[in-house]
Amino acid sequence: MARAAIRRRLTGPLPWRVAHLVGRRAETATANTLSLRLDDWPGHLPGQHVDLRLTAEDGYSVQRSYSIASAPEDSMLELTVQLLAEGEVSPFLVRDYALGDPIELRGPVGGWFAWEPDDERPVLLIGGGSGVVPLMAMVRTRRALGRTTPFTLLYSVRTPEDVYYRDELERGDDVGVAILYTRRAPPGSRRPPQRLSPNDLPPLTERHPVTYICGPTGFVEAAAGMLVDLGYDPDQIRTERFGPTGA
Amino acid sequence: MPTPPPATIHPDGHTDGNALAGPLGELFAVDLTAAATSCVGCGRRSHLAELHLYSSGPGLIARCPGCHDPVLRLVRTPERLILDLRGTVSLSVFLPSPGE
Repeated sequence: MARAAIRRRLTGPLPWRVAHLVGRRAETATANTLSLRLDDWPGHLPGQHVDLRLTAEDGYSVQRSYSIASAPEDSMLELTVQLLAEGEVSPFLVRDYALGDPIELRGPVGGWFAWEPDDERPVLLIGGGSGVVPLMAMVRTRRALGRTTPFTLLYSVRTPEDVYYRDELERGDDVGVAILYTRRAPPGSRRPPQRLSPNDLPPLTERHPVTYICGPTGFVEAAAGMLVDLGYDPDQIRTERFGPTGA
Repeated sequence: MPTPPPATIHPDGHTDGNALAGPLGELFAVDLTAAATSCVGCGRRSHLAELHLYSSGPGLIARCPGCHDPVLRLVRTPERLILDLRGTVSLSVFLPSPGE
């Protein structure tokens, strides 16, 4: 399916398509996963994103990028959207967008922050807050394809109530998952709540991993800087930042 | 329904060039965000996805992560799309392998 996505892109510019909402589930009190149905979806690589476009009756239009959370093998295209109180788009998507309603979407796009399942190098994933979404697509794809590529996921979140996909992450397969709390940790946690620090990062081993970091700009730049200080090759670090305009 | 965006965001509120994939997809048939570029200002090689992207103005401005010179600007008007590549010496794009 992923190959099909690349082939399609050679046939012309990127079209806007119409998707319909067919399911919604809460990940946290302020984040929802939206399941979308599209006819003729060309498939995607985990890590890619889509652009959504909303248009008002007066013609005012606004668009935002959202990472794909689902694996290409899943039956529906899933996006996880964090509600931002000051946002223009996320309050509509989380609160008002109703089952069965259409929305304009284009994609999948982005060939840089994407994992190729045939790449056998170990993978280190570092997510801050909703930056875990494209990393989850990678974890899901690895599982769907039955790959044994070594995967480690470091997931930085404020509190236990802010964790997305908890049941899936705690399922206990061979993906090494560490949830790092920054404001409040569950009772009995050995690690005190604090921001990501070099002590949280795995030391380099002989097999240098390819690293994907996604989160708010400050988080991504801090994490990438720590890795480089630890000796990681900057050319093996791929980053995706989101900021206030991602609302 | 959506309301106009707030006039200001954080003054240094950049994201990165990954978000150019959709807008550039309106013009180009291959993904340019994985293309490598050399900055006119400082010579640094980056992938387009690694540029710092500023989107609070009327268009998109992608700046070199090294010297912050503007590398690429993309502006949409009702009639046209304007791409200004003033800050790149060259773009190097991987082509899909034959048969794909």
